[in-house]
Amino acid sequence: MRYDLFIAGFGGQGALLAGNLLSYAAIIEGKNVSFFPSYGVEKRGGAAMCTVVIADGDVGSPVIGNPSVMIVLNQTSLDKFGAKVKPGGVCIVNTSLVNLDAFERSDIEIIRVPMNEIAMELGDARMVNMVAVGVYAAKTGAVNPAALEEALKSALPERNHKFIPANMKAIIAGTEFAASKSS
Amino acid sequence: MTKRLFVKGNEAVAMAAIEAGCRYYFGYPITPQSDIPEYLSREFPRLNGEFIQAESEVASINMLLGASATGVRAMTSSSSPGISLKQEGISYMAGSELPGVIVNVSRSGPGLGGIDASQSDYFQAVKGGGHGGYHIVVLAPASVQEMYDLTMLAFDLVDIYRMPAMVLADSVVGQMKEPLVPNSRPATDLPAKEWAVRGKGDGEQRVVKSLFLGDGELEAHNWKLHRKYQDLKSHECRWEAFHTDDADLLVSAFGSTARIAKTAIMMAREEGLKVGLLRPITLYPFPERAFADVTARTKKVLVVELNTGQMVEDVRLSVARDAEVGFYGRPPGAGSLPTPEELLEQIKKNY
Repeated sequence: MRYDLFIAGFGGQGALLAGNLLSYAAIIEGKNVSFFPSYGVEKRGGAAMCTVVIADGDVGSPVIGNPSVMIVLNQTSLDKFGAKVKPGGVCIVNTSLVNLDAFERSDIEIIRVPMNEIAMELGDARMVNMVAVGVYAAKTGAVNPAALEEALKSALPERNHKFIPANMKAIIAGTEFAASKSS
Repeated sequence: MTKRLFVKGNEAVAMAAIEAGCRYYFGYPITPQSDIPEYLSREFPRLNGEFIQAESEVASINMLLGASATGVRAMTSSSSPGISLKQEGISYMAGSELPGVIVNVSRSGPGLGGIDASQSDYFQAVKGGGHGGYHIVVLAPASVQEMYDLTMLAFDLVDIYRMPAMVLADSVVGQMKEPLVPNSRPATDLPAKEWAVRGKGDGEQRVVKSLFLGDGELEAHNWKLHRKYQDLKSHECRWEAFHTDDADLLVSAFGSTARIAKTAIMMAREEGLKVGLLRPITLYPFPERAFADVTARTKKVLVVELNTGQMVEDVRLSVARDAEVGFYGRPPGAGSLPTPEELLEQIKKNY
């Protein structure tokens, strides 16, 4: 099985950390993975994107023209990349910051997630990326939550390990949100 | 199973250099390879290594020449514009038969160009980028694991053949992160460096030079270098063959472009098209034999490069006489990296 994912947002939203976390989880599960980042020259506020390809066998290309799944964290990313989601694919959209009125794709599944609100309810607006990871994991089954919890130890620097439970809570909130949408 | 790490391609190069016993690095910063000097500047002090950020690329390649002349394992790294500056030094190293590993995490040009992935330095790397008609070993990694393994191999090859080697990567393999098994340095029979300068003492005088003025001296020296290149061709060609046995169309690409092509080939196979991939791992020596063998059966070849056609010339020289070689390439620059979907279209067009 192969899973390809494109994550896009602005610098500071944690798009790259989300991609790193999924990659570590894939490695823990014994899978192969390729993580290819691209970002603007700015430290904060610029664009931040990454492609993650997870496969049991050969990963193949680290770049994908039409990703099967896309996580869109802000409006610019939807406007710029929304048209690229593969027909029949899935677009996970942070509706807290993204207006979908002008987005006309009837050939893909759009999962609307108020990520900022969910993160704020958990007490930390910075957990937006973790909510997104939870939704993605539940929707695709690319990695399982237990591997994600283990992966947080590698993806986060030692000094931030005290935040692992909070991150995990946000991931679970994401998986539960995805489950409620599909039931 | 050995624990797999998750690292950047550039870091894998630096890790392999350390494992290979390299303790001398000379370089000057340039995007997209600066993770290599960053890593080594952090790790070398505790290993009693010597990390020097030189005043220029020209200085760093000559420091590499000097260090190598003393018999130690040493390296430099840069990206395309910096590699151009190093060419004079590389020619002197080739002439002096000095080992030394040069890493080019290439970017787009000409001139300052841009920082995006590029394969436009193929000619410069494999045809002898400086003066004098020499060659160096050129290895083209396509994954983070290969960034590690081929850097390790480069250190052995330069010692065995007494010549410089280049790891020719690009910003995709340099910047991406993948699982890495940090293999231990293999046990290899290496010739003693009886030529290395070490302070005469009571021993014989040793001279490392590329100047040969005596009648017939330089011709003999160049014939010797030529024989080494023939030896390399006989013994050191490396390539990856993917679904080539039953292929009606053979795709050939190196480095990151080969990775993109591989997914395009998997997509083509799902649609029932018999497509295979022949990926040169050594760009010099070029795996001529592998191309001749595969094209004895498969008569259609499509070469894909992130440039407007360089390796395709070596493919044309290597294939069976009745094979047709097509080409698809784009000049490097922001946004010109092809996608698997785009290459699938080209596969269909050439099938």
